[in-house]
Amino acid sequence: MHAISKELSPVGGCSGIELLEGDTFDLHCFQALTGTKLFVTTEPGTTGMENLLKTIYELYTDYVLKNPFYEVEMPIRCELWDLNLALAVKKDGKASLVGR
Amino acid sequence: MRASLRPSDPAVSPAIERVNAELFTLTYGAIVRQLLTDYEEIEEVNKQLDTMGYNIGARLIDDFLAKANITKCTDFRETADVIAKVGFKMFLNVTATVANWSADSMECSLILEDNPLVDFVELPETCQGLSYCNILCGVLRGALEMVSMRTEVKFVKDMLRGDDVFEIRMKLLEQMPEEYPYKNDE
Repeated sequence: MHAISKELSPVGGCSGIELLEGDTFDLHCFQALTGTKLFVTTEPGTTGMENLLKTIYELYTDYVLKNPFYEVEMPIRCELWDLNLALAVKKDGKASLVGR
Repeated sequence: MRASLRPSDPAVSPAIERVNAELFTLTYGAIVRQLLTDYEEIEEVNKQLDTMGYNIGARLIDDFLAKANITKCTDFRETADVIAKVGFKMFLNVTATVANWSADSMECSLILEDNPLVDFVELPETCQGLSYCNILCGVLRGALEMVSMRTEVKFVKDMLRGDDVFEIRMKLLEQMPEEYPYKNDE
């Protein structure tokens, strides 16, 4: 998606999608300098996702990357990640996890 | 076994965990000793330390970027500065100095006067070829590769081998452009 959006961008210096606004949902994206991308879907019009995305990135670096048994690029099956992610979303107050 | 939140988890309370630095030094020493037993050949141990470091670096970089709030570096000089002043400070609580730049700014040295990995360590006669802290070279190489820089990193001065400082020589081999997964004509 980032590659496509970079090619499509009418303005130079585009680094990829940040926000995709649809009719029934918004897609927020956070891209780290390593290329790791976090996508979060929300109700349309949700604001202030930047901080939550940053928090989720920090949780990822802690509970996923620091787990020696997690293999990079594989699906994440770390309980501590699930727990802390749910807590962070709940703490944010604006969002709630719907399904997985 | 179900994982459970530890009392020090940020989700429970925002405490920062501290571990005794000497335990860290001892743990690293134990790793090196075990590698020497397992591989016997010094060069092989150096390689294994580099590989271990590479795997650590590839994971550590995201942690570094997340916690240090780093923005994209404009050139390799800035990268080296960030590694020396922020990176080493954050993970080893030491500051390195950047020096000896090559004319094309592709190669430089990171100089460390202090290194927690080598506290209390003395290399025996039989291990003079051992690059004891080689894991650091791997960490730098792994981390930089995840931000699209292919590098060659090695120790050129080692206090355990009689030099006055630790000097890590870092060479930028290639700045890898971001790969697009699709070809334009598909």
